[in-house]
Amino acid sequence: MSKLKKHINRSSHLFLPLSVLVLLIIVNLIKGADYFRITMVNGAFYGNIPNILFGASELVILSIGMTLVTAASRGQDISIGENGAITSAIFVWYVLNAGEVTLLTILVGFFISCVAGILIGAFNGTLVSVFNVQPMVATLILFLGGRSIAFMIDGKVSPILANEISNKIGTVIPGIPIHTPIILTAVFIAIVAVVLKKTNLRLYVESVGINPSAVRLNGIDPKKIIFLTFLIMGVCSAVAGFIAVNKAGRHDSVNLLKFIMMDAILAVALGGNSLGGGKFSITGSIIGAYTIEMLNRTLLRLEVNPEAIKAFKAVFIIVLMVIASPVVRVFVRKVLDKAKTIGKASSLSTPDSRQMD
Amino acid sequence: MQSEIILRMEGISKSFPGVKALQNVDFVLRKGEIHALMGENGAGKSTLIKVLTGVYEKDAGQIILDGRNVVCRSPQEALSMGIGTVFQEIALCPNLTVAENMFIGRSQNSFVRWKEMNAKAAQLLDSLGIPASPTQELSSCSIAVQQMVSIARAIDMDCKILILDEPTSSLDEDEVKKLFALMRELKARGVGIIFITHFLDQVYEISDTITVLRNGELIGEYQTAALSQIELISKMMGKALSDVSEMKKQEPQTSSDSVPVFEATGLSSAAGVRPFDFRIEKGEVNGFAGLLGSGRSESVRAIFAADKVTSGEVKINGKKVKLKTPLDAMKNGIGYLPEDRKHEGIVGELSVRDNIILALQVMKGFFRPLSRKQAEEFANEYIEKLGIKTPSINTPIDSLSGGNQQKVVLARWLLTHPMYLILDEPTRGIDVGTKVEIQKLVLRLAEDGVSLTFISSEIDEMIRVCSRLIVMKDREIVGELSGMNVTEQDAMHMIAQGGKGHV
Repeated sequence: MSKLKKHINRSSHLFLPLSVLVLLIIVNLIKGADYFRITMVNGAFYGNIPNILFGASELVILSIGMTLVTAASRGQDISIGENGAITSAIFVWYVLNAGEVTLLTILVGFFISCVAGILIGAFNGTLVSVFNVQPMVATLILFLGGRSIAFMIDGKVSPILANEISNKIGTVIPGIPIHTPIILTAVFIAIVAVVLKKTNLRLYVESVGINPSAVRLNGIDPKKIIFLTFLIMGVCSAVAGFIAVNKAGRHDSVNLLKFIMMDAILAVALGGNSLGGGKFSITGSIIGAYTIEMLNRTLLRLEVNPEAIKAFKAVFIIVLMVIASPVVRVFVRKVLDKAKTIGKASSLSTPDSRQMD
Repeated sequence: MQSEIILRMEGISKSFPGVKALQNVDFVLRKGEIHALMGENGAGKSTLIKVLTGVYEKDAGQIILDGRNVVCRSPQEALSMGIGTVFQEIALCPNLTVAENMFIGRSQNSFVRWKEMNAKAAQLLDSLGIPASPTQELSSCSIAVQQMVSIARAIDMDCKILILDEPTSSLDEDEVKKLFALMRELKARGVGIIFITHFLDQVYEISDTITVLRNGELIGEYQTAALSQIELISKMMGKALSDVSEMKKQEPQTSSDSVPVFEATGLSSAAGVRPFDFRIEKGEVNGFAGLLGSGRSESVRAIFAADKVTSGEVKINGKKVKLKTPLDAMKNGIGYLPEDRKHEGIVGELSVRDNIILALQVMKGFFRPLSRKQAEEFANEYIEKLGIKTPSINTPIDSLSGGNQQKVVLARWLLTHPMYLILDEPTRGIDVGTKVEIQKLVLRLAEDGVSLTFISSEIDEMIRVCSRLIVMKDREIVGELSGMNVTEQDAMHMIAQGGKGHV
């Protein structure tokens, strides 16, 4: 009993994203009881849930990076969509110029785009950690210029990525019922989990975000850790760009991952993370990302006019943030406490029921 | 003293999850009285103040102000009822003028009448004898004057009660005197003052009455003149103080042929300390003495490479090494507990456990995290060893009391098993009980062969612990005192005369 309580306490930051998720599921079930139905088409799963998992792949990966950047640098990287556009442009450029497309060319192209992502991360990271530029200002540069760079790499409007392997990466591999982007996202999450388990990344990043001067006197260089989170963000952008371009089958430098940083930042906040840095929960951000995707699809399912979706989303988010704000939380706790004491007094329970936790 | 009572708090109780912070506490304040509120960290002093000023809502009890039962919901409301509060950290805006700071946020009008405001400020400053001009930028005033301005701000309205929560901890002796003069002036006007401090001498110098709290309970109210210091301390700690006098410091072992644990020549840093020589033997406790700003902290920071080292040669156990960053120093067995606990010591939101293992973890390296079990074992071991009071190892450190926070930071360094540990003001802002514990710990560590440098603003504390005092003035070492018979007088003389009056 007390163990359970402890567990709930420890994961209280997941309360917000999980309750939103539950709320959305309820709304969807009211709309139609077949919400969870999964059908098999050509040997692959289809349905609302697989669609959400498929659609949120890039967002999930980007919000993991965004969580780390936010925690360490106390700011956000707003150039992630543009960075993904650049790295995927490089990927497409390589694949189209490497002759016959084999699995090897794709892998080498992916590897090159990751290196590009790291270089972009290093650029942003240097501005933030060495030159002390505010993260949003530093990343504003690539936010503004990134898509032009991607266009110049493309050399023309929307080069087509028409090959068998890209198609499989973007949709399904015959014989495997789950869409490839879902699998790639799962693998990515697993890698992140292993890294968090096998290194001190969490302790270092959280400490740097909370108190850089104390951390410096304990032998950690805050600049290096902030720089590192931007490198990781760069890799995340490259992976997200890779998935996005293979899904689309062509490289649209103007629209690929457009404005995705807004959703990524929102996923981080929704996951119970402070945008002011410090302690973080990647699980929260991941759930947050899936929740946002579910919200988008729910609004579509409710036949909200696509033009009006953004407004609905905004209202929903405002309500959410107010409900989750400390002000309301304290108030709710007070009301609950009062209800509890009244209940106790009337039920004449044992006198030593003071709670210790 | 039969003057009229302006504030009566009766049966105040307040609990937080897992802690009863106040239990049925009574408190009485009379007109024109300076009333010291004493107790160790975590005794409930700040909670009582926060209940009074409306920061916390009380669970039970009543507050009677001027014969009327009042409920205070916010500090603003408290202020409007004539209760002004000045906290330890100055909560003013350094880039505004003195007058702006005094009146900011309290004008009824949306428009500021500058002339009127400045005139009012000038009048108030003058009447309180505060040496500042209304139009002067606050940051150009000394810390003491800034503190006084925050008092002026608190009492500007027709103030009946003034609460001073540790107002003197960042002031030097002269500044404290000025502050006391101001307090006496207010007392003469009939203001009741609640004074919280860790400096016992100041309590005896200025207060009329003392109320002692311990573990959230009222121990009693006493006339200051009728309560001896030893009695006061034992009431605060709940035990007799015989173990304080038991402390015995180590005889300095200065066999000239031994190799010092740490030796520096011509060391200087970017923080502006003049090149100095320094050595420490195995098991020695020495200290840098001097006034605030004399360069004592800068010196030890140079040793730990916390500031950029600009010159000098360092030998550890006779071997030449280069210490460029704190990590280099840590890897060579040096630990450093910084002066500013809040900004450089604790990592606030992080758990007690993570705070304890931090330094060890960094030394082990990025790719070798301690297992959760191992980390918990270490944390529990040191929580027990140092008697750290915390609800659990997962509690964020910033919810502990100051003394317990300091113990956690100490535990962090002890866990690395340093050969040489530097403690810069480890006892500042900490209750008497923990102070004595830390002093004893220092001596015990020295017996076990650890070398320590101990810095404190309280010279008697340094004399009790250190076998050698290095005296600093104006960022330069001006002399050294060693031997078992160094007195406070000797040290004061040397600080005052800049080393000319050598012993």
